[in-house]
Amino acid sequence: MPKRVETVVLHDSSTPQIGDIQKGGSIVVTTLDTLINQARANSLWPLTFGLACCAIEMMSTVAARFDIARFGSEAFRATPRQADVMIIAGRLSKKMAPVLRQIYDQMPEPKWVISMGACASTGGVYNNYAIVQGADQVVPVDVYVPGCPPSPDALLYGVLKLQEKVKRRKFNKIIELTPRFLEDPEGEEITA
Amino acid sequence: MRTGIFRDVAKPILTGFGITAKRLKHKKVTIGYPEALREQYPRTRWRHFLTRYDNGLEKCIGCSLCAGACPARCIFVEAADNTDDARFSPGERYATRYEINMIRCIFCGYCQDACPTGAIVLRKNFELANYKREDFIYTKEMLLEKHPGESDEPFKGFKQKKEVALDSVKDQAQDL
Repeated sequence: MPKRVETVVLHDSSTPQIGDIQKGGSIVVTTLDTLINQARANSLWPLTFGLACCAIEMMSTVAARFDIARFGSEAFRATPRQADVMIIAGRLSKKMAPVLRQIYDQMPEPKWVISMGACASTGGVYNNYAIVQGADQVVPVDVYVPGCPPSPDALLYGVLKLQEKVKRRKFNKIIELTPRFLEDPEGEEITA
Repeated sequence: MRTGIFRDVAKPILTGFGITAKRLKHKKVTIGYPEALREQYPRTRWRHFLTRYDNGLEKCIGCSLCAGACPARCIFVEAADNTDDARFSPGERYATRYEINMIRCIFCGYCQDACPTGAIVLRKNFELANYKREDFIYTKEMLLEKHPGESDEPFKGFKQKKEVALDSVKDQAQDL
């Protein structure tokens, strides 16, 4: 019987990457990109944007059992001015869409968006006149987390995926302030 | 009113640290998620699999009952007839295309209930988050087991080292 080949995940820590800290030395050499990206990736402050039942799982992610503080994201901010990542948790109604966009615009650069759950990502079962069929019609979304609602582990996986994206950001390419999709050599979209 | 250095300073501090010291004996409740994985409940429903019979034939017969049962309308099935030259399933028909929009799916398991042959099953892989919308259309190649029984193998996280048992939940319940 053929054995299953495990898929290689991007953020497997066992594969060495540029910027990884090697043990045994006393001098650390790094690039500015890596340094800033590490700092940003490990202190992603989320904006509380709970719209529906997904918010309950988001709160559970912050609590002791799952403890998002292990990834530096425990500081949930109620003001967009102090937030780095917006977690859209729940179905986005058409009435709420302009509010979401305004709050996104008020967030300082650099900013990221996690679309949590089926409803925020695509509308889910609510394929009707009241619900926006995907939050990416309003704001650029970086990571989609499927589930209804996603369990706290699934959201943590989404946060880890976002951290990987943040760490891959190149600074010599991104100088503009308006959100736009760029293609990087590895083929992944990076939101400027 | 009486005051005193023990009564007003030392005693409250001792009481406070006493609670901390008592808590130190408790089992840790935090699950170190990427390395450790909590034990999933037996009926947890996450990623879909299209299963095979032991002889390697697909169980799916392309009847589209799963697509009909899906409340989110996220399953697409296109069926074709089996021939003696190209036989995919033991029945008359098989699914040429089987696609699930994983991002619209609400993991209700109705497809699993509706399936007459038990072809589609929902298993415990919750690590589905990704960057692009297009990556969430799971095609038949992605859903189909590579070999029979693959879907029943225990789910390993991408960084898992040990499994945390449900005991910590019981531990929490004792505290309350």
